[in-house]
Amino acid sequence: MVEHRPLNDIIAYAILTLGVFIVAFPVYLALIASTHDAATVVGGSMPLTPGSQALENYYRAIFVGGSRTSREPVAHMLINSFISAIGIAVGKIFISILSAYAVVYFRFPFRKTAFWIIFVTLMLPVEVRIYPTYKVVADLKMLDTYAGLIMPLIASATGTLLFRQFFMTVPEELLEASRIDGAGPFRFFWDTLLPLSVTTIAALFVIQFIYGWNQYLWPLLITTQDSMQTIVTGIKKMLYTTDELAEWQLAMATAILAMLPPVAVVVFMQRLFVRGLVETEK
Amino acid sequence: MEKSVVFNNKLLPYLLLVPQLIITVVFFYWPASQAVLQSFKREDAFGLTSEFVGLENYQSLFAQPEYYKSMLTTLIFSSLVAALSLSIALLFATQADKNLKAAGTYKTLMIWPYAVAPAVAGVLWIFMFHPSLGTLARPLRWMNFDWNPLLNGNHAMTLVVMAAVWKQISYNFLFFLAGLQSIPKSVLEAGAIDGAGPMRRFWTIVFPLLSPTTFFLLVVNVVYVFFDTFGIIDAVTGGGPAGATTTMVYKVYADGRLGGDLGGSAAQSVVLMVIVIALTAVQFKYVERKVQY
Repeated sequence: MVEHRPLNDIIAYAILTLGVFIVAFPVYLALIASTHDAATVVGGSMPLTPGSQALENYYRAIFVGGSRTSREPVAHMLINSFISAIGIAVGKIFISILSAYAVVYFRFPFRKTAFWIIFVTLMLPVEVRIYPTYKVVADLKMLDTYAGLIMPLIASATGTLLFRQFFMTVPEELLEASRIDGAGPFRFFWDTLLPLSVTTIAALFVIQFIYGWNQYLWPLLITTQDSMQTIVTGIKKMLYTTDELAEWQLAMATAILAMLPPVAVVVFMQRLFVRGLVETEK
Repeated sequence: MEKSVVFNNKLLPYLLLVPQLIITVVFFYWPASQAVLQSFKREDAFGLTSEFVGLENYQSLFAQPEYYKSMLTTLIFSSLVAALSLSIALLFATQADKNLKAAGTYKTLMIWPYAVAPAVAGVLWIFMFHPSLGTLARPLRWMNFDWNPLLNGNHAMTLVVMAAVWKQISYNFLFFLAGLQSIPKSVLEAGAIDGAGPMRRFWTIVFPLLSPTTFFLLVVNVVYVFFDTFGIIDAVTGGGPAGATTTMVYKVYADGRLGGDLGGSAAQSVVLMVIVIALTAVQFKYVERKVQY
């Protein structure tokens, strides 16, 4: 930096510490609430230090479910969330890497048209066309199924654009060399292009996993059975079914569990996450 | 840039495109066109028959005071969230950019809320500020402030804005930090040699150079507020009290689901589509290649 003033550094550290505090406090509070018993949490004078009920709360949330609300245990919701988040990530990567390969490495009639058909989907998130999409899924008998949770959310161009952009940067000499070696489109894809794309695939996976895990409106609409709901949609139902009697300590334990997988992904795969975030927005 | 060396297969490219095209047509084009069609129709109470009613759904939509109210709510909500989350994130990003030893750690500590689902963020904030059990509602009560986001529309809006800002700071922080780090140090040094202090350098050099990032983030934030905050609103207020936090997207949901007015809901969807397409067009026209990462 240009000038160096110790005071400046102190102010910077102070502001950043405040920032980290603001960012972390809501989660800290939820963590604390998940370690107290129901009466302490609802009483309105919960201490800011951990209580002794952590094991019991998490055990009940994960395996038993709320007694008053007779909801599904969280373990089941977690499984649903994992299946749909991984399904969304893998499904999107699969369809978009193939279509990007077609658009970049082949010349055929309607190539531009096909690309535009896919490209336009960028403009309309699923929230805008929610009921008609619901009707399509209902007509296809896909309510309360994993396919119904996954497929409408992968109909988007982000992955295709990302792979297209990456394929454009792959040197043409590679394709020439493979062709001289007698490789067809399958072998070139499998032996050359796919290994080069590993980082891009991983970055897209990270972003899509978080996107899929955090879906709310769509799973809320198309799951009617409790056994199919995801953890993110399950929490709210814990709070609003019996209102005053809601078991906040279990809801907070569930909130912590709902945050854990995607937050872990961001923290431990930060490089891939940042890369995916920046590149999907381009 | 197009590849000059390509494969010549005739059928293969179509086969490669088929999975995505099928999914796109079935789950995107078909429902989107149904929304447009339905917005010109009226269904009877049982959904058995429907007749073409022209622009009637739109007319009754624009005759509803609630619709204008939801537009105003969306406008207030998105300006507050965008303004607050952008300025707070910029403040943190400029501090983290000051060559601090711990900048990398701070980055990690700042960005993880991106991964928290909006609905979960909403639950965290209603827990903190719940009128009867919220830890942060207690000090408000001691100050004799009658805080109740469950009954007071302004309080509800404040809470929803805070939760939405909290979740969006991380994203804006990340892009602002990248933008700041791409500003050449030599430009800042030149400014310093000319006698400009840190504040002056920020407003006359850094801020203008950052403006493509800011503009890009502005568009992204507005889109975020429009769509991704649904979970926050549903978890915190359910659109209430008395519609005080019912945004346009929330109204599409509430009218179609709870009210059963599919034609009216479809007309709202179409209005939203137009808005989003306009926003996306702005983004592509003015933002696309000018942003520095």
